[in-house]
This record gives sequence, structure tokens and C-alpha cells, in this order.
Amino acid sequence: MSKSKPILTSSLGRKLVMSLTGLFLCSFLVIHLIGNFQLFANDEGYAFNNYAYFMTHFAPIKVVSYLLYASIVIHAVYALILTIQNKKARPVQYNQYDGKSNSAWNSRNMGILGTVLLVFIATHMQNFWWKYHNDQVPYIEYTKDLNTGTITSRELSASEFTDYLVTTDNGQEVTKARDLYKQVDFTFQNVGLVILYVVAMFALAFHLIHGFQSAFQTVGFNHRRYIGIIRFIGVWVFGVLIPIGFAAMPLYFYFIK
Amino acid sequence: MSGQMNLTLKVWRQKKENQKGQFVTYKANNISDDMSFLEMLDVVNEEITRKGEDPIYFDHDCREGICGMCSLVINGRPHGPKYGTTTCQLHMRSFHDGQTIVIEPWRAAAFPVLKDLAVDRTAFDRIQQAGGYVNVNTGGVPDANTIPIPKRIADEAFESATCIGCGACVAACKNASAMLFVSAKVSQFALLPQGQTERYERAQAMVDQMDAEGFGNCTNTGACEAECPVGIKLTNIARLNREYFTAKLFRQEDIHN
Repeated sequence: MSKSKPILTSSLGRKLVMSLTGLFLCSFLVIHLIGNFQLFANDEGYAFNNYAYFMTHFAPIKVVSYLLYASIVIHAVYALILTIQNKKARPVQYNQYDGKSNSAWNSRNMGILGTVLLVFIATHMQNFWWKYHNDQVPYIEYTKDLNTGTITSRELSASEFTDYLVTTDNGQEVTKARDLYKQVDFTFQNVGLVILYVVAMFALAFHLIHGFQSAFQTVGFNHRRYIGIIRFIGVWVFGVLIPIGFAAMPLYFYFIK
Repeated sequence: MSGQMNLTLKVWRQKKENQKGQFVTYKANNISDDMSFLEMLDVVNEEITRKGEDPIYFDHDCREGICGMCSLVINGRPHGPKYGTTTCQLHMRSFHDGQTIVIEPWRAAAFPVLKDLAVDRTAFDRIQQAGGYVNVNTGGVPDANTIPIPKRIADEAFESATCIGCGACVAACKNASAMLFVSAKVSQFALLPQGQTERYERAQAMVDQMDAEGFGNCTNTGACEAECPVGIKLTNIARLNREYFTAKLFRQEDIHN
């Protein structure tokens, strides 16, 4: 008698890991996009900077963020393991291989698209996450009139800033915060980064047009009644709306702000 | 009166397993467009034999599209340029006069080349032996149709059972994955009452054997479904995933040797 191999050493088990981490990353994209839409608010970054503080200091969000970092790493590592196995499975290549007549380009090049995204994620985290966590962003003070709702702001020097602080006095709410909004504005004046961000969103679109529905297929969910809606969400939400929403941010700061 | 055509063939020639092979160019003259692809190769082989050379070795048997013995990657596509057909059912009218046709064997680590265009597909047999069977009681012959099976379930099982085990799915897949084959074999039994006894052991044993044979991992490109001569559907792969994960995560059982 022999026992079946442990699930994580099997091809299907590893693909399950790819599928679940991938879907988790998809769910993150939705939250990330909705939150970042505050960049378009015409309030000198008041909403966005408060949101940035909340997202980096609220304990449950922090737990989820570590899950997220782990998911990115696991998704990439497992992709590498599976790709190496796949290369080994065909040691002699075809002289002619007509892939386009039986499958979509993006479905055959998920690794290339994923590598572009990995480079993008590293750059993106250096641009904002690293700078925010290492005190390399400017500081700002907002004064909000609680009766009229008008917001005025002034830049703070490093010596004037101690920590994120909200005080209310005499109908005036004063907020001192790290100005990630300004950092975003500053970063997206760099045309090279704007191009990288937009190209990466194209890669994201093609990665998810295949990846979203592929993840459902891998967990075994391919039901005639629901596959249509899954494909629709994969293409139109994750392949079109979300990448356009993200790409709009660097373009907005470069061309309009 | 059918047309005659002259073709140039680039054929993979390899003396035996583990030896280096190379492409050799042959002329195929006065080919009728009513011939099947294999008949065309027969004509070329007669010419080669007359010259006293070793004829091109290729697999074939029934020449009716039902045995799954013929193979060949023709101009980068398993079973040639038509969908839903085997090489023996491919006719020369699918080509045109003066065309160059590149003919290669299935390429996969699990399908080593035996000679020229013939590959060793016993990996499929071993996967079948690992779990693609049902146990039956000895004794009197049971009445046909004593077990009620809904028509739709029976139809679906029959659809899966049409797999002829030719290996085109492996040949078409960029990862040389055997998932379509294994999923068809698992599905036909998983759907029917007769297959329930070994249901979950079967999924585990066949996936284990598939991995052990060195096939690649499925990335859901759909190339297998597109190239399958008998139209096995990707829904089978989703079903295999369900069977396997259900077995592993909820019904872990030992496997019989």
C-alpha cells in the first residue's frame, strides 16, 4: 500500500495555491482602486492622506497587508516552480508551433506578463510604500472649517511635524499628516515612471483577462450557469475597468494636475 | 477529376530513442488531393523504399479516426490544420500545390521518440492502470439498465469516454500537460454510479501517476480543447480538479497499489 502524494507536492495542489493567491490579489485590487480614487478629490489630498494613515495603522488592515505581501511572493515563487517544471516537460521544442490557432497570446505568456507586474510592484512599493514608511515624504497641515467645510493647507517642515494628529478647536479641525498625496504628485511628474505605470496596467489587463477565469477553472468551478458572469467580470472588470482606473492616476497627475 | 499537387516535406528523422535527430527534406510529387495525409506519407515511403532507404516511421492503425494511434504535428499543429480531426482523417485538399509541410513527432518528456515520428505513449497506459478502471463483482450477468442513470449524466459520461488517448492534448499544450486526457478518463467514471467505489482514490492515483510521468502543469490556455480530435471539453479538467481537491481535502484515503 502506498499513500497518495501530499497535496502541495502535486501539480494540482500547486495550481490551487496559484489560484487562491491570485484571487486574493484580485480582491485587493478592487479595494486599492476604490481607496485611491480619493486622489481625484479636489481637497489638496486631505481625504487621501487621512486614508493613507488609516490603512497603515489600523491593525486588521495591517494583518491583511502582510497576507498580501505573502501572497505576492508565494504567487511568484510557485509560478517559477511550475514554469521550470513545464519547461522540463518539453525538453525538445517544436520547430514550428502554431500557438495562435489554438489559444490566446496572453494565456501562453502569463509568466512574461507576471514578470512585468513583479518589476512594477517592486518599483511601486519603493515609490510610495517605502518612502511613506521611512519618513521620506513631505508633511502637511490641514485646517478644516467644520461649519463651512472649507479646507486650507500649508506645508509643514520636518521640525514642525511630530506625528499624525487631529485636533478640534473652536470649530476648526487641524490635521497634521504625512503628505503622500504630494509624493504621488511629485512621482508622477517623472515621465519614465508614468510610462512604466501605464505599461504595467496593460500587462495587468492581459494577465487578469486570462488569470481571473483561469483561477475559477483551477478550483474546479466551471458551471454552465455561472461561467458567463465569471468571464464577463474577468474581462470587463479586471481586464478593462480596473487597469483603466489605475492608469488614469499617473496620467491625471502628469497631464492635468 | 481531382487535382494533383507537388509538395515539399520537412520530416523529423531519428534512428532511435536518445539519439540525435534532424529534419530531412523529401519531395512528394503527384499527390491527389483526395488522399489522406497518411496515404500521402505511404506514397513518399514507397519512393524512399525503392531507393533502398529506411522509410519514414509513423504510427497508424484503424485509419478511421477512432483508434487514437496516429499522431504527427503538422505545420505546428497536432493532427494538422483542421479542428476536430485525426491525421488519418486529414485530406490533402487541406494543403495547396507547392506548399512546404513540416512534420514533427509529439514533443514531450513523457512521450520519448521511439523512431522518426513515432513516440512512446505508454505513459497514458500507466495513468489508466493507476485508476482508470472499475471493480465488478463476479457472478451472474447483471441485467442491462438495472441501474437508473439520468440521460444527461449518461450523455456527459459518454462525451468524456470518447477520448481516444491519442495525446494531441499533450502535444498542443505549451506545458505538455496531460490534464485533458486524465480529466476525461476520471470524468467518465466519476459521473456514473459504477465508478463511485474507487471515485476518490482514482482521482488521486491518476493525478499522482500523471505527475510522476513528467507531464507539465495545466495553465488553462485551452489549446488541448481546441486541438482534441474528438472534442473533449475543458469542463472535464474543472471536474478533475473538483474530484482531486475533494479527495485530498475532504476524503483523504489510502490508495491501493
